[in-house]
Amino acid sequence: MSELSVNHLLGIKYINKQDIDLIFETADHFKEVINRPIKKVPSLRDITIANIFFENSTRTKLSFELAQKRLSADVISFSAAQSSVKKGETLIDTVNNILSMKVDMVVMRHSNPGAAYFLSQNVNASIVNAGDGAHEHPTQGLLDSFTIREKLGEVAGKKVVIVGDILHSRVALSNIYALQMQGAEVKVCGPKTLIPKYIESLGVTVEPNLRKALEWCDVANMLRVQNERMDVNYFPSTREYAQQYGVDKTLLDSLSKEIVIMHPGPINRGVEISSDVADSQQSVILNQVENGVAIRMAVIYLLASKIKQ
Amino acid sequence: MSQKILLTSKEVNIILHRLACQLIEKHLDFSDTILVGIQPRGTFLAERLKEILQNEYHVKEIALGYLDITFFRDDFRRTEKPLEANKTQINFLVENKKVIFIDDVLYTGRSIRSALTAIQSFGRPAEIELLVLIDRRFSRHLPIQPDYRGRQVDSINNEKVKVSWKEQEGEDVVYLVTN
Repeated sequence: MSELSVNHLLGIKYINKQDIDLIFETADHFKEVINRPIKKVPSLRDITIANIFFENSTRTKLSFELAQKRLSADVISFSAAQSSVKKGETLIDTVNNILSMKVDMVVMRHSNPGAAYFLSQNVNASIVNAGDGAHEHPTQGLLDSFTIREKLGEVAGKKVVIVGDILHSRVALSNIYALQMQGAEVKVCGPKTLIPKYIESLGVTVEPNLRKALEWCDVANMLRVQNERMDVNYFPSTREYAQQYGVDKTLLDSLSKEIVIMHPGPINRGVEISSDVADSQQSVILNQVENGVAIRMAVIYLLASKIKQ
Repeated sequence: MSQKILLTSKEVNIILHRLACQLIEKHLDFSDTILVGIQPRGTFLAERLKEILQNEYHVKEIALGYLDITFFRDDFRRTEKPLEANKTQINFLVENKKVIFIDDVLYTGRSIRSALTAIQSFGRPAEIELLVLIDRRFSRHLPIQPDYRGRQVDSINNEKVKVSWKEQEGEDVVYLVTN
């Protein structure tokens, strides 16, 4: 077993536990590589990758680009804002035009759920989903589990609470799938308006009280409130949200055990977590960013190894 | 499939001691020298040589690292079998050091070509030498030759050299396997 069961990474729900194990083992090797004086390997020198971002991104885009460059792939990046998409070109036409320039792999972020799946059915290239609407963000789900594994030894048996805007979060869904596949227990916590109605059908429980959720968990993954996806007001005010669902140092120190604090970024300091929590010893936010490069190198390397010459 | 013994345990032991002595002759106290076992199979030989140098020839400090060449190979996407990586463990810079690559069998030379590229990630060595237990003659694809060799073997393409180690397979022995 040293090959992925899939040709695309569209979401965690399309892969299995063996795939996750293989990605983590490979990422361990790449993590060592990116800590060398020279952080580059020549494996993918005959692979060309297009990063197509129809939605804004800083961290994910940089992380993917860096991962591709560390593997010596040729990279072209494209933001929808400056493209012919504005002139009315369809997604398939846009991507096929890019592919006719001999591109082997496409990393795409799109605001529509299922966009990556749709693309994988309609074009001839390996597709990596870098976030599709409120659906999945598989590499984030993987790097979060990878960070838990690194910090706590293993994911199996751990208790993880995902706090905040679950409704609009693709990170939440990918995390839930990934954590459960590896045998972790998952709770979600947030204002009722931001918890999807049928979330319990995924096998997670809802805990409306933040303190109880934090007392229960080993790891708290604090999500950002996605104001840009909110068409109506889901809670009275940011201040009230911060009071009810924000973690500050006083709350953290009052818990009976030390928990690990994660955040997929970007952080709204003072809303979901306070600055002193974000910068504390318990926070692994910057480890997540570092691991993101290793995980994305592993995913791209493993998918590229399935592209036949 | 048939196999015959190329080297017995006793012969392996004599060869290891000879190789250790040759290393001392060139590198004296090993103060500027680093042994690098090539993953996956060169690490056993490297560890054994370090053990002999320290225990029997009283060399005090020997730096030993393991180098994995998977991501530097030239056959990525060209083989049916997926490439599996191993751990690289080089906790020092090789800048201006004398590096000795150690592998069990030298065949086409492609692994060593990859290792020569891979080691550059850790600095610019003053020089690099190659030590192998078995040198398969007339089989090279690249102009690469060992500086220290245990035994030279003439073998044809459907033959394979298999090195077993006490730590791994229970016995030090080298076989020539014919398919």
